[in-house]
Amino acid sequence: MIKRRKYAEALFKVLGLSSLALAVGTLALLFGALVVHGIGRLDWQFLTSFPSRHASQAGILPAVVGSTLVMLVTACAGIPVGVAAGIYLEEYAKRTWFTELIEVTVTNLAGVPSIIFGLLALGLFVYMLGLGASILTAGLTLALLILPVVIVTTREAIRAVPVHIREAAFALGATRWQTVADHVLPYSAAGILTGIILALSRAIGETAPIVTVGALTFVAFLPPAPITSQPPYLSFEWLMSPFTVMPIQMFAWVSRPGEDFAANAAAAGLLLVGMTLTMNGLAIYVRYRMRKRVFW
Amino acid sequence: MARSLDSSHVGSAEKGEWPKPLKAEACELSFYYGSRLVLKRVSVPIAQGNITALIGPSGCGKSTFLRCFNRMHDLYPGTRYEGAILLYPEGRNILDRQVDPIEVRMRLAMVFQKPNPFPKSVYENVAYGLRVRGVRDRRVLDEKVEQALRSAALWEEVKDRLSALGTSLSGGQQQRLCIARALATDPELLLLDEPTSALDPIATGNIEELLQDLKRRVTILIVTHNMQQAARISDWTAFMYLGELVEFGPTKRLFTTPTNKQTEDYITGRFG
Repeated sequence: MIKRRKYAEALFKVLGLSSLALAVGTLALLFGALVVHGIGRLDWQFLTSFPSRHASQAGILPAVVGSTLVMLVTACAGIPVGVAAGIYLEEYAKRTWFTELIEVTVTNLAGVPSIIFGLLALGLFVYMLGLGASILTAGLTLALLILPVVIVTTREAIRAVPVHIREAAFALGATRWQTVADHVLPYSAAGILTGIILALSRAIGETAPIVTVGALTFVAFLPPAPITSQPPYLSFEWLMSPFTVMPIQMFAWVSRPGEDFAANAAAAGLLLVGMTLTMNGLAIYVRYRMRKRVFW
Repeated sequence: MARSLDSSHVGSAEKGEWPKPLKAEACELSFYYGSRLVLKRVSVPIAQGNITALIGPSGCGKSTFLRCFNRMHDLYPGTRYEGAILLYPEGRNILDRQVDPIEVRMRLAMVFQKPNPFPKSVYENVAYGLRVRGVRDRRVLDEKVEQALRSAALWEEVKDRLSALGTSLSGGQQQRLCIARALATDPELLLLDEPTSALDPIATGNIEELLQDLKRRVTILIVTHNMQQAARISDWTAFMYLGELVEFGPTKRLFTTPTNKQTEDYITGRFG
């Protein structure tokens, strides 16, 4: 009797371990292949050069700059809106069928294929609002894409603040906004920030919606600089500039024949994975640091 | 609800057993969670400068009753008050829809069952009520914080670590911190919801002693499930059962010669 139960136990151990090995092994293999192929090309020249017909002279500079600027727009547009919506839904909205409906919709939006967001953006930003295939369009598109994720993680982080902390603030005469701004937000900042970073790290690898809104695949220039020599010294022309991003650049290289371009693609992939892992690492660090000061 | 709201109607309080002057008074207070009636026409006077204790078995509605005083139930949907809580000297009904709950909470302070300091510094915990009221002057804050911590008998223990997290103190210290936080804004009435139920006997003793000192300055209404505690510290006691007020009277009298059979059974430990 005991023997049979132990047998089941051992069976599960083996099963679980092999599943884990399969998952981690595949990932390691992929990453290993990227490293082997790409590490040789990942040098200063590669990072600071424009794309070229000659694989050995080609670089990823416009794609890195493009990705960075698109992320900047995404963050500026997506984070405030997402966090505010999350706060509203969790702290202010009354529980009615309508808010329930909104909640379900938001959760489902997180699962909509990203190319659908691309189509929406093509119609809305590119044609209706006439923003063109610009950094602004791409940034706003990705902002839409991460919005549901930001809203959901914000709500979860806020919900983790115990009721008795809110009651303590209210009992002292705080308004709802004072309670949110002085307590709920600071105490849930770690969770919210983690959600934001993870959402951005997802957005940086997105390709489909960016292709849909019309990003270029061969960009031999940089967007206009945001700081100029003449007053008012700030320029937002770059928002309207054509652009490319790293996954698209990578795809462009992959689709070209020849070993050397494949190496470029691997190097770009390595850089992209590196950036994503760095952001995830940052998320873990932020969570760890801030959790240390918040407990109840 | 149509009955008169003056104090003459309460049957269980005999002549000469009605406190004076009053700080507040619950008049025929009923309370609903959704359609469930949890307080049934409860009338209790709160004597100024005294400690009034609410006792009764778990689920009798004493905490619900206490939370009516600072309109805590307003935070949750589906709750409804009937009747009145008059706050003296002006005698206004603080449950009136016209009265902003924040205005009420500015005058009444509350200490909860579980110590709930904010995960901020000791200083910021005590100062928060003042900050909410717009106090920015550092000197005023410093002075008020020290005063409140002294009143809560915590100053000597924390004066060297005002910047430590409030949540890092011991349980008893945390609860005294919450009392200091409540006192910092000079409330007229201090509401305590089983403040010692999560504490050990020594910490409990400290807080009981503290309340005796405090009642000279602030009227206290305390919920407790501990009858000995009510007998030790309070001047007046209200015994509640199943959402109703069974008996109200001076603590000494109520614990020695209860007029109601249920009260007697409860205080002699026959149920509850």
